[in-house]
Amino acid sequence: MTAETVIGAVPAKAEFRTCQYTGLKVDAAAQALIKANAVGAVVFLAVGGLMGLLVALTRWPAVHLLPAEWFYLVLTGHGANVLLFWIIFFEIAILYFASAVLLNSRLAAPKFAWLGFVLMVVGALATNVAVLQGDSSVMFTSYPPMQAKPHFYLGLILFAVGALIGCMIFFATLVIAREERTYEGSIPLVTFGAMTAAIIAVFTIASGAIILIPTWLWSLGFISNIDPLMYKVVWWAMGHSSQQINVSAHVSLWYLIAALLVGAKPLSEKVSRTAFLMYILFLQLASAHHLLAEPGLDASWKIVNTSYMMYLAVMGSMVHGLTVPGAIEAAQRRNGYDRGAFEWLRKAPWGHPAFSGMFLSLVFFGFIGGISGVVLGTEQLNVLMHNTIYVPGHFHGTVVAGTTLAFMAATYLVLPLIFQREIIWPGLAKLQPYLFGVGAAGISLFMMGAGTLGVARRHWDITFSDANLSFAHSAGAFLMMGLNGIFAIIAALGGALFVLIVVGTVLFGEKIKSGHKLTFPLFSGGGAVASHYGSEKAPKLPGTIILVAIFFVCFVLYYFINWKYLSELWLFR
Amino acid sequence: MAVTPPERRIWWNEPIERVELVWIIIAFLWGLFMFAFMIAWHFIGQQNLSKEAYRINPSAYEEKVEGFAKQYQVREEQGIPVVKPQAGGDVYLLARLWQWWPILELEQGVSYRIHLSSLDWMHGFSLQPTNVNISVYPGIEHIISLTPTQSGEFGIVCNEFCGIGHHTMTGKIYVTEQKRAEAGQPPAAGR
Repeated sequence: MTAETVIGAVPAKAEFRTCQYTGLKVDAAAQALIKANAVGAVVFLAVGGLMGLLVALTRWPAVHLLPAEWFYLVLTGHGANVLLFWIIFFEIAILYFASAVLLNSRLAAPKFAWLGFVLMVVGALATNVAVLQGDSSVMFTSYPPMQAKPHFYLGLILFAVGALIGCMIFFATLVIAREERTYEGSIPLVTFGAMTAAIIAVFTIASGAIILIPTWLWSLGFISNIDPLMYKVVWWAMGHSSQQINVSAHVSLWYLIAALLVGAKPLSEKVSRTAFLMYILFLQLASAHHLLAEPGLDASWKIVNTSYMMYLAVMGSMVHGLTVPGAIEAAQRRNGYDRGAFEWLRKAPWGHPAFSGMFLSLVFFGFIGGISGVVLGTEQLNVLMHNTIYVPGHFHGTVVAGTTLAFMAATYLVLPLIFQREIIWPGLAKLQPYLFGVGAAGISLFMMGAGTLGVARRHWDITFSDANLSFAHSAGAFLMMGLNGIFAIIAALGGALFVLIVVGTVLFGEKIKSGHKLTFPLFSGGGAVASHYGSEKAPKLPGTIILVAIFFVCFVLYYFINWKYLSELWLFR
Repeated sequence: MAVTPPERRIWWNEPIERVELVWIIIAFLWGLFMFAFMIAWHFIGQQNLSKEAYRINPSAYEEKVEGFAKQYQVREEQGIPVVKPQAGGDVYLLARLWQWWPILELEQGVSYRIHLSSLDWMHGFSLQPTNVNISVYPGIEHIISLTPTQSGEFGIVCNEFCGIGHHTMTGKIYVTEQKRAEAGQPPAAGR
């Protein structure tokens, strides 16, 4: 049985071009779809990012920009647009790239892929309309009994169906590439990582369907009651798992960028792939992270689930945290930067926005998002931070400083290689990842700080000026929220610059012709340099060892500091 | 490279780098430790969230809270009863759009059975500045044995978004110092 009979598509009449920089065969249909999804992503990033700035400026007590109704409306829109639409559009682009382009294959059923794209656009618009109409300010999580308008849920459902089609196209393309023997041996590591993301995405979307379809019917009046606790269990099987899609996707991009810019090769295919496998096996348990402060759930259930079954998925991330910089160090030492512990890092292509963005994403994701995530997800420690602004602090460390920054970094490769346009304003492009990275890291840290001091998330007024019973937060909490506002402005500048560079490049960038020399070149050391180190002759990686040692010490210290905080609380059992 | 298929077809037989192996072992053991520590805290720690909870009709819960407030009210503040329950007794607190009701007056070092439930939407019990945060559901009565270890005036903030008045939803708990001499009992007698 051929791939055509499996997926019912017409036999291939795909058009290909050969990339002059990578030698990869690029299917025209895949290229068009990657472009469309990337453009969709950036549009929603622009909208959602602007909303994020408005949220941060409102939460800055000295500015307090928006009135309450607008604040809750904009906060709902911010979550949907950036956490869902920007990221998933971009991930669909990654899936098409990692399957069709990296495997030199044609994309399966491009027409279905376009259908998926249209559904995603329509869904995203429907949800945005519902939010902007003002009667669906239920936050991204939309916990019942609070109810939004039916098209709020319907939009999310349509969007998810479109994304599911994207995943199916990805799997079908893997089948086609194998059938048509477009590659030898096993799929590349980056494709393997993307496959991890796609598998988790299917689980995520299934969970979303299980909870959002009944909730939609409830909003239409066909179902009388949605149990809030049950809703939260299933909704987070979508909500948290969708963040695990991001992790798999951006870790794949780390490997991709390291390979294309310094010629890095995985230290060990087996270890890196097993680490991805840990994600598939255990990340879905994370729904429990959102249920640690809920009534009626047993401690053993909480402990097993919140720890991803004894932290095996965390181990996966810690492994990538070593193997990604390790692969870069090994490659750079091969490239001749072999002096001392850190010449490889100092002489890395820091002026290339794809590299700087990727490396900052790696550092921030590990140090800020990763460590805080484990602490927040510890059964008892959660009580210290549950629903405080520490929570958005944590996930801005993962999703903004981690995923979004990695996606931005990858965009600096997508523009010349897929859009075939030279990046306009290279000077600003060099600066952009630093600006956005510092801003994103700042908002994450200061929100975490404010949350530690008790500031609530999703809250319009921490002065409680309209409240019947007054309460005053500490001066430190106000300071943290002010600093958060300042770093949000920095992040917003970085984000706006990114959108301008992308739009400007797509519209006005110089068209790349044969023989063109890229402003931001790829690694040119040739395949031979990158191919033969690894298993037999162990590379020495002193720099990476120092980096992970620092990481581990921070992790352990921060973990125990929080237990200390917890032990000083009132007693409860 | 990570963008090309592995050079050796049989990549799963390649030996693992020592650096990687050591790190995997460290990460695995650290994970095991963190896993075990959550379990251990149930035995060595004083802060573990109770799982005691019952399904209850919101109006039935409202009646219970009103009865409780009537029985133990000591004064009124801004139209809200201030309730001083018996040491070690049951304490009922309700969440509704947009207040925590009633105001409580507890004694330091004494354990109370605090009942939490909502009459309408989800709310978030956030005791400040102590920073104890617990979700409160409509239709579920959650019971926590709580012992204040500090005295003074504490705020309850709502930290689960509950509509347009969310940021006005506050409550209050007073904790009075222990009267050891008067009671003639050792500290933390209620525990």
